[in-house]
Amino acid sequence: MQSTSGQPNLRGRGPDSDVVMSCRVRLARNVAGFPFVNTATSQQQDELIHLLKNILLNNDLDEKLHWVDLTQSSSRERLLLVERHLISKQHAESEAHRAVALSRDETLSVMINEEDHLRMQVLAPGLQLEDVLTRINEFDDLIENRVDYAYDARWGYLTACPTNVGTGARFSVMLHLPALKITNEIERVRRAAKELQLAVRGYYGEGSESAGDFYQVSNQITLGKTEPEILGEFCERIVPKIIDYERHARRLLLEQNLSHLDDRVHRALGTLRAARLIGAEEAMRMLSRLRLGVTLGRIDGIRLDTINRLFLEVQPSHLQVHAGPGCAGNELREARASLIRSRLP
Amino acid sequence: MKKCDLCNQPAVVHETTVKSGITQEIHLCADCANQAGVVIPGQPKPAEMLQHFVIGPGDVKKRAASRGRRLSCTSCGMTFAEFRRNGTLGCAACYEAFGKHLSALIERAQCGATHHCGKSPHNAGTSIDRQARISKLMRELNSAVAAEQYERAAELRDRLQDLEQEPPTLHTRSSQPSQEERSV
Ligand SMILES: [Zn+2]
Ligand SMILES: [Zn+2]
Repeated sequence: MQSTSGQPNLRGRGPDSDVVMSCRVRLARNVAGFPFVNTATSQQQDELIHLLKNILLNNDLDEKLHWVDLTQSSSRERLLLVERHLISKQHAESEAHRAVALSRDETLSVMINEEDHLRMQVLAPGLQLEDVLTRINEFDDLIENRVDYAYDARWGYLTACPTNVGTGARFSVMLHLPALKITNEIERVRRAAKELQLAVRGYYGEGSESAGDFYQVSNQITLGKTEPEILGEFCERIVPKIIDYERHARRLLLEQNLSHLDDRVHRALGTLRAARLIGAEEAMRMLSRLRLGVTLGRIDGIRLDTINRLFLEVQPSHLQVHAGPGCAGNELREARASLIRSRLP
Repeated sequence: MKKCDLCNQPAVVHETTVKSGITQEIHLCADCANQAGVVIPGQPKPAEMLQHFVIGPGDVKKRAASRGRRLSCTSCGMTFAEFRRNGTLGCAACYEAFGKHLSALIERAQCGATHHCGKSPHNAGTSIDRQARISKLMRELNSAVAAEQYERAAELRDRLQDLEQEPPTLHTRSSQPSQEERSV
């Protein structure tokens, strides 16, 4: 991990970035001839690591990847990767021999020996899932040229959990929905999404409540539809609807509740600029309000990028990179407050 | 009286789903419905279904459970009961080993889908558009066969063969040895 200054992929501003923070697609693949990770012996896990490391670090690949052996790495380094959404919590904590391969800008990452032998993901800022699918498809082809995947004519790509079988493809978008939260309509979105076979969960932190009003929406169905079909439904029909809904709620706040909105937004900025001790949750809540204010043009001189980056920088492991690994409690809250002040002068 | 799709006991759960114009009927006996995580008699919500799918229904009857438990994969040794407990299969061969019990679960979790269509190692390296066209034909072919429309199936098979014989379109990236190898 060289840089901690925020993911390059989230620094840029993609399409619809007022609502869509980032989008990604993940493919689950397994190597033929090996049992799935949960039943593989540690020798087989090592063989897989060795085999896939050779393939993934091969110079022929267009994508130049950097290898992190998670069995060797410190728990702090693993948590840092979790906070950056480059590995899952499960992957960080697993007992298996495991690794992750990352492109320099972290827009492409491959978890090795997570639930499946390969879990590859491509991330991009804003809503641009078509490009993301093209890139991961090409990358997948390069790997597929070098190894036989477990595949069945009826079931498609065979995955450890049958809920991923078929395409093995999971599309997701990370949405910032502060206005729907304020107007109490978030539950309606959740319910509608559920009916459409989509999963909605908070993106930062744990539990169902979403810190910072971020929600990750993803497809649940992986079988019986082609990748472009899944993408098409998701991206042309469903996600734009949620985006419009959030924008509509934002407009209503502007038109009908301007002083209330301004109060909320400027108080948030005041808190962030004044706090000397601040917890992660409060910081996320205030940053969310600030982000809403900036996207609606209620605050001048603060860039969206700065705020996007702060969401990541205020997470515990990111703070500990500078403040020291032992930093906790009030010390951590102090480090968080001072970092925020330095970013929002 | 309808018989269960999975065994021959009388069916107590009847469900008709229409997807992409294809009508599919599902009939299950109480045991198999329990196995598949179906709540009797109402229709489960998709979210509940997934939950059932992964952790299994709380009130699995002993008989159904023991029958499932007897199933095991000769390749990796995992039993069906173990799979129901932790939600993950042991190896690729488990898909075959757990047969109809597993496919019933998958169909329910995947909104009635029974066959993959989409990318395959077979068409990897071709454009997404073409993969999609091939997959679409494959799906039509599957449903034609299922509906015993053999003339239509033959026609679809021909079209599929034509499409697969078109020279593959290479990705428009800088040419590299690996790319050239692939086009041969
Ligand atoms: Zn039965
Ligand atoms: Zn097995």
